[in-house]
Amino acid sequence: MNELLNRIEARLDATDEYEREPVPENKLKGWRAFLGMYAGEHTAGTEFVIGALFVAHGVSAVNLVSGLVVGNLLAVLSWAFLCAPVAVRTKLTLYWQLKKICGGNLAILYNIVNAVMFCFLAGAMISVAATAVGLPFQIPMPGLDDWMPTSVGWVVTVFLVGMVITVVAIAGYDYVARFANISFPWMFLVFIAAALAVLPDLGVTSPSEFWTVAQERIWTGEPAPGLTQFTFWHVVFFSWFANMAMHIGMSDMSILRFAKKWQMGFSSAAGMFFGHFLAWMSSGILMAAAAGAVAPGLIAYNSAGVAGAICVVIAGWTTANPTIYRAGLAFQAVTPNWKRWKVTLFTGLVTTIIACFPALVMNLLDFVALYGLILMPMGAVILLDVMFFDKLNLVSNYAEKSGITFNWAAGLTWFLTLGLCLFIYLYFGVEVFFLGLPGWFIAVLIYIGLSKLFQKKLEPATQPV
Amino acid sequence: MNLILKLLSFIGLVLTVFPAVLVFTENLSFDMHTTLMMVGMLLWFGTAPFWMKEKKL
Repeated sequence: MNELLNRIEARLDATDEYEREPVPENKLKGWRAFLGMYAGEHTAGTEFVIGALFVAHGVSAVNLVSGLVVGNLLAVLSWAFLCAPVAVRTKLTLYWQLKKICGGNLAILYNIVNAVMFCFLAGAMISVAATAVGLPFQIPMPGLDDWMPTSVGWVVTVFLVGMVITVVAIAGYDYVARFANISFPWMFLVFIAAALAVLPDLGVTSPSEFWTVAQERIWTGEPAPGLTQFTFWHVVFFSWFANMAMHIGMSDMSILRFAKKWQMGFSSAAGMFFGHFLAWMSSGILMAAAAGAVAPGLIAYNSAGVAGAICVVIAGWTTANPTIYRAGLAFQAVTPNWKRWKVTLFTGLVTTIIACFPALVMNLLDFVALYGLILMPMGAVILLDVMFFDKLNLVSNYAEKSGITFNWAAGLTWFLTLGLCLFIYLYFGVEVFFLGLPGWFIAVLIYIGLSKLFQKKLEPATQPV
Repeated sequence: MNLILKLLSFIGLVLTVFPAVLVFTENLSFDMHTTLMMVGMLLWFGTAPFWMKEKKL
C-alpha cells in the first residue's frame, strides 16, 4: 500500500517533459500529431451546448454558416500567424515564457486567474456530463431560464460526476488523456450520426430539402424569450474568440512548441472545421429536433439512444479531467506546501460546486467570451516581447534580465486593458463577444508605451529568475 | 491480429454512422439505428485501445 502511495505521489510531483527548457530538436512533431490533437481537443462536451445556444439566440441559417466560416478561418489564422511563430521561436510553455517576461509574482497571479477560469470551464463540462448521467434516474434537467440548482437529484448527480472526475484527475490523468485520444473518432461520428438521424423528424428526407428546413425550422432567426438576437457578427466573433485564450492568449504555446515549423499552426483548421463547425451545426439540429430542450444528455439520447448519452458523458469527462488537473497545477504554484493531490481535490470540489448552478451552462457563450478576454492581454504582451521588442529597441524577457519579480509594464498592461474593456462595455454597451478585438490593440499600445517608460538601462543580471 | 482488431474498429465506426444515413433515407427504423450505434460503440471501445498508439504532445 505504501509503495503504491509512493508511486502515486511520485507521479503527482512529476513535471511535464521539457516544461522548464526549450523542446529539443529530436522531440519535435510533424503535421499528423497536431491535426489529430486539434481535431480531438475541439470536439468536446461543451460543443453540445454551444450549437444549441446559437439556435436559442435566434441565429439565422445564412448568418450561422457564413459566420462560422469567417470566424473559424480567423481563429486558424490567429493560431498560425500569432501563436505558432512565438511557440516555435521560444519552444517554451506559456507559463515559463511569462516568467521570463513578467517575473515570478506576476506569472503566479496570471496562473491563479487562469486556474479560476479553468474551474468554471470544467464546471460547465461536469454539468454537461451530469445531464446524461441523470437520465436513467429521471432527474429533471435544467432549462434555459434556470440559474440555480433545480432539484436535490440534480445536485447529487453533479456531485457524483464531479467526485469521479476529481478522483481520476488525482490518480490517473494519463489514462484519461489516452482514452480521450481513442474516443475522438467515435465521438465525432456520433455528432454527425445523431444529427442525420433526427433530420427526418424535422421534415428533411433528401439533401435538397435541408436548406429550406434549416431556415424555417432550425436556425429561424427568432430568439427564445428573454435572449438577445445573434447576428452574423456575433457568430464571427464568437467562433473566432471562443479559443482566444489558446491562440491570441498564447496558451497553445504549450502544444505548438513541439512544432517543427510555424506553418503547423494551420493544423488548428482540423479542430475549427471538423470540430467546431460540424459539431455546432449538429447540436443546433439536435436542439431543434428536441423541441427546444438544451440539456445535452437529453438531446443526445433522443437522437442516438444510449450511445448518444454515453458520448455526452465521455465528452464531458475527457475534457473536464485535464481541465481540473491543469487548474490544480496552477493553484499549486501558490500553495507549494500542499501535496498536488490535495490541491486537485480542492479544485475538484470548487469546480463541482460551480457545476451545480445551471447558470454557467446556460450562459456558456458569455463565459467563454469572457474567459478569452481576461487572458488575452498577456498574449499580446508575449507576442510583442518575443517577436517585436528587438525591432522597437526594447529589452525582451525584461524580468529575467533585470532580476525583478513583477514587471509593472506587463502587469499594468493587463489591468488597464481589462479596465478599458469594462469601460467600453459599460459606457458604450459593446457586448463581451466583441471586446477582444479593440482590447488587443489597446494592450499592444499600452505595453509598448509602458515598456518605453519603465525599462531602464540594464545592468547584467546577477541571477536569472 | 492487429489487422483483425483494426477491421473490427472500422466496423464499429461504420455501425456508428451508417445506420443514421439509412434512417435519413427512411430505410431503417430509429430503434434499430440506436441499437446498432450501441453495438458500434462496444466494438470501437473494445478494440481501438489495443492498436491505437498514444500521441503525446
